[in-house]
Amino acid sequence: MHQEYTVIEGDFVNAGKASSSVKKTLKQLNVDPAKVKRVVVALYEAEVNAIAHAYGGKVLVDIDSDKIHMVVADKGPGIPDIALAMQEGYSTARPEVRDMGFGAGMGLPNMQKNVDKLNVTSEVGVGTTVEMEVNF
Amino acid sequence: MFVHALKIDDSKCIGCMRCMKACPTEAIRISEGTASIQEHRCIDCGRCHEVCPVKAIYINQDDFQMVHEFPHSVALIPAVFLGQFPEDVRVSRIYDALIDLGFRHVFEVESAAGIFAEAKEHYARENEDVRPLISSFCPAIVRLIQIKYPSLVENILPIKAPLDLSAMYCLEELMSRGIPREEIGLFYVTPCAAKIAAVKAPIGEKRSIIDGVINMDVLFNRTYRKIKEQGKKYVSKQSRTINLSSDAILSTLTNGERRICLAKKSYSIDGLQNVMDFLDKLENDEVEDVEFLELRACDQSCAGALLSYENRFLCGARMYARARKAAERERNGEVPREREMDKWKDYLLENSRVEPPQPRSMFVLDKDRAKAFEKMERINKLKARLPQIDCGLCGAPTCESFAGDVVINRIGLSRCIFYQRHLERKDDITRQECIAAMNAVWGKDDRMKDDID
Repeated sequence: MHQEYTVIEGDFVNAGKASSSVKKTLKQLNVDPAKVKRVVVALYEAEVNAIAHAYGGKVLVDIDSDKIHMVVADKGPGIPDIALAMQEGYSTARPEVRDMGFGAGMGLPNMQKNVDKLNVTSEVGVGTTVEMEVNF
Repeated sequence: MFVHALKIDDSKCIGCMRCMKACPTEAIRISEGTASIQEHRCIDCGRCHEVCPVKAIYINQDDFQMVHEFPHSVALIPAVFLGQFPEDVRVSRIYDALIDLGFRHVFEVESAAGIFAEAKEHYARENEDVRPLISSFCPAIVRLIQIKYPSLVENILPIKAPLDLSAMYCLEELMSRGIPREEIGLFYVTPCAAKIAAVKAPIGEKRSIIDGVINMDVLFNRTYRKIKEQGKKYVSKQSRTINLSSDAILSTLTNGERRICLAKKSYSIDGLQNVMDFLDKLENDEVEDVEFLELRACDQSCAGALLSYENRFLCGARMYARARKAAERERNGEVPREREMDKWKDYLLENSRVEPPQPRSMFVLDKDRAKAFEKMERINKLKARLPQIDCGLCGAPTCESFAGDVVINRIGLSRCIFYQRHLERKDDITRQECIAAMNAVWGKDDRMKDDID
């Protein structure tokens, strides 16, 4: 089952649209509530990242009966040092983003904690792709 | 087995769809011209009852005559009952009238508010890893979380509601006076349907100790009539003026629990839609550091309950006025009668826990995930073909729920009038089949009068 969502830069109002819709689907599939929560938390983080730090992008979700595969691909600016970005508390967020309660440097580490597979690839000036998987 | 207090009288129901559209859990369908409630989805919130134009939805209660069957019948009244009466009616007169109506004893449910708060605090201290804690006060909220937010079930405090605590107290107190159990009849005066359902089928307990339930609006009528009959010159038999503390009176209103809880960060949310909006965020981990949640299904909490006849704001204002008077007397050193319950405090605290409520998700399409997956794909495919205007003429509240009904309950797709037209165009359906499909939803009686030009 394939679902697609578009995220727009700076559109905090619509942050969480993809994760909420995925949540409903997983509940219908009788996925363990604890796992639903992990998926939703990770996807929400990724969505917010694309809104707060990037120039928007796309969320692609594929669900089958034993796992969920999520790709959040943004349109840049890209992460120069992924290893550094994976550290808790490291953030490049602008003050106005931090004022809104985002940008605490917990995004990628939080995703890592909640998914079974995480793969981040990035090219400066092109964009970042976050690929996540959770087994049911 | 889910016991519900809300019932539909088929002889009155006109199948108008108002209840179906108002139901927050999409539990209502129309078939053969009348509404019916899907038991596994209903949380007894009573929104359907509010919107019914012909009063076809009623709340099942016990026969008032039962009160006379017990030598020691007890009226367990909620504080909002007092909010129904004008402020100049003294509490002692209300109690006198209840005795005259056949009750031997009158106790207030909220007498247990203090012990309820203490039980919650004990649990909070012993379970520091469980946050936020959600109050078990409102039974419609507990049921809502069970069916719609299964991941939050473990956040519900597994503590008996004040109603159960005060019922336990009544029983112990009267039995300690030498009255045998079989002579005691506990009657709960309920402001809403959810509380009845909770009494008849308590969550986390085998059975309730309450013997009967009486609807608050019915008892208000009887009581107020009695007070009017007795007239202005009536001399009260009771000398006590203060039964409930001000905290206890207010505990049933919005903010009532929150104002006496020790949590640093807590929220009071009333109204089912507001609660659902908040729980959606909470479930996504979008709300941080919150420790305690007081959630109530009705706008203005119990003052806005289904069987509260008085306007919710007036009822609330009256309760505030009574609470102010109680607070003044407390300041003058008077001790509210509810403190008599302290004698049984240790016993009540020891027995205040219930088994944690279990999730029973309304969303699950099939326990077997592969089958659920297959059903979901069929539903999605079907959904894409439906008009998405949620007209309700198929007897389901939304196109999406109709698609689910077609796949899961094998309801005929031709109940959708848009799909029917589509079939007619292709000559895939006869006129008789069209009529049969619509009769299945709207019944055989022709709703149109023949004499329209």
